[in-house]
Amino acid sequence: MSPSAEYKTLDLHDQTFLDSNEMVLNMGPQHPSTHGVLRVILKLDGEKVLGTECVIGYLHRGVEKIAENRTYVQFNPYVDRMDYVAAVSNGLGYCESVEKLINVEAPPRAQFLRVILAELNRLASHMVWLGTHALDIGAITPLFYTFRDREEVLKIFEKYCGARLTTHAFRIGGCIYEAYDGFEKDVLKYCDFLEPKIDEYESLLTGNRIWVQRTKGVGILNAADCKALGVTGPVLRAAGVKWDLRKAQPYAAYDQVEFDIPTAQNGDTFDRYIVRIQEMRQSVRILRQAVDKLPAGPTMAKVPKVLKPPVGRIYHSIEAPKGELGYFIVSDGSTQPYRVRVRPPSFVNLQALDKMVRGALIADVVAVIGTLDIVLGEVDR
Amino acid sequence: MPDEKSELDKSPQQANNGLAGDPDKAPEKTVNAAPATAASPTPPPPPVAPKPAPAAAKPAAPAAPPKPAPIAWESPLVASLKQQYGSGIREAAIYLKDKYLVVDKSIVFDVLTRMRDDETFDYCVDVTAVHWPKREEQFDVVYILYSFAKNERVRIETMIKDGEKVRSAFSLWPTADWLEREVFDMYGIEFTGHPGLKRILLPEGWTGYPLRKDYGIRQQDQAWIKANIGIESGQ
Repeated sequence: MSPSAEYKTLDLHDQTFLDSNEMVLNMGPQHPSTHGVLRVILKLDGEKVLGTECVIGYLHRGVEKIAENRTYVQFNPYVDRMDYVAAVSNGLGYCESVEKLINVEAPPRAQFLRVILAELNRLASHMVWLGTHALDIGAITPLFYTFRDREEVLKIFEKYCGARLTTHAFRIGGCIYEAYDGFEKDVLKYCDFLEPKIDEYESLLTGNRIWVQRTKGVGILNAADCKALGVTGPVLRAAGVKWDLRKAQPYAAYDQVEFDIPTAQNGDTFDRYIVRIQEMRQSVRILRQAVDKLPAGPTMAKVPKVLKPPVGRIYHSIEAPKGELGYFIVSDGSTQPYRVRVRPPSFVNLQALDKMVRGALIADVVAVIGTLDIVLGEVDR
Repeated sequence: MPDEKSELDKSPQQANNGLAGDPDKAPEKTVNAAPATAASPTPPPPPVAPKPAPAAAKPAAPAAPPKPAPIAWESPLVASLKQQYGSGIREAAIYLKDKYLVVDKSIVFDVLTRMRDDETFDYCVDVTAVHWPKREEQFDVVYILYSFAKNERVRIETMIKDGEKVRSAFSLWPTADWLEREVFDMYGIEFTGHPGLKRILLPEGWTGYPLRKDYGIRQQDQAWIKANIGIESGQ
């Protein structure tokens, strides 16, 4: 057998494997710790997990089919509904992909606005993750803190484009909205506001004995497993792989700002927590530079209103808060995309769940689902 | 600036009106007349519509992007693959910085194996498909690979007929498990050697493959909905 056999998930419809000590437990789809509608079937020996099977698709809306029946511009708002806690990143990936297809580049000011909004969104996404993840493990307070602070990000979004979550902030060719008066000041004020708050989250959790015991050594995924399973984002970096698409293949204006890629070594739940916290600090650092360097000029490139990309196909991906978010677009020369394939980070990362929880306890499954930072809207599309 | 844009917007409609004759807008008609006459036998002119428009709007603007075309991809990797497989490598090109190979279905697994083992493409980014109902080989199966060592991405495509099977890439990259299940779910393409090929996003027992072009956007498996949800239709 190939080494891949160890990644094979269980076929739980085959009930013959059960001996007297084993049982099958259904978790979800309506379970608070599954962050949406994820159903996990667990095969257990007492409290020990022997294997899992994920049942997904409850939120399937056929986004890729819809794309084939809309024009390139009309499809733009739909992508916000996939990863709805990081809508800006979705929009950024889609707009950049179509721009690549029509060979247009957004003007420098738009590139920096994109970086600012995408990083604010990364902060918002990580704060949702931290709050809910800590809540799953039993610490209630961080949820209140993070949602309070995330609110300020959403206020900036609302002032910028009128929407809080599904922002549709970008258009193909740049940003349709100019930054409002005081935008830069708001962002800088938020940076100053947030930095002590991150310290506060850390003072609640990093040294907390319960937190450490619940997360250290739990859900270990090493670098080789990450690569084999296609896992990207903070999960990969926590396993010691210094890889971030913002550095590896820079897009927008990420090549003009300085930041580090935080990594950790053990690849356990605690390390992923540390990596994401460090990423938040790096985001603040990027925000300060981007605001400082924000050039003047137009925010939209010249894009024909009737968009007919030449025949061809491209793949473009960005570093979304959860990992590599890619779009594979096939154009047949008409106004509608012939095929839009979304490569969702949550979907691929969720595949690692089985590997991570084998041999662990049921309570760890909850911790691992939280640490993978999945959004079911993106898993199911 | 806004005026120019609205002109851009109008140009396709005006091209139609041009035949009826609209004497009010003589200067613009000279611009639009060319596409109008060219469009009458309806060839597929994707670049024609956007191309003359920016030129008419503002000649000094750096826009008017040159029409991109695939250029031949030449590298030691491609050379050695061509030497080994000959005409099995149907195309090796770069389009808008995307490197891709189109290979024959008989050797696709070998090429993938080689990419992983010899060329350090250790991360399978995506497996997907595209449906072309009018072609004899109806489906493109697309693999997107990435090499951490080289920081390079390559797309490998192959074409298969309806009903033909592809060897699963699960033994090379376990991540292909769910990705191939999704392709099976949406296109009905079967992968041999897959550890558990079944639907993933749609419920088991659903009939039809939604991302095929002949599957309508409002189409549903009415019988399944009636039996499992107990309503006439979801619409």
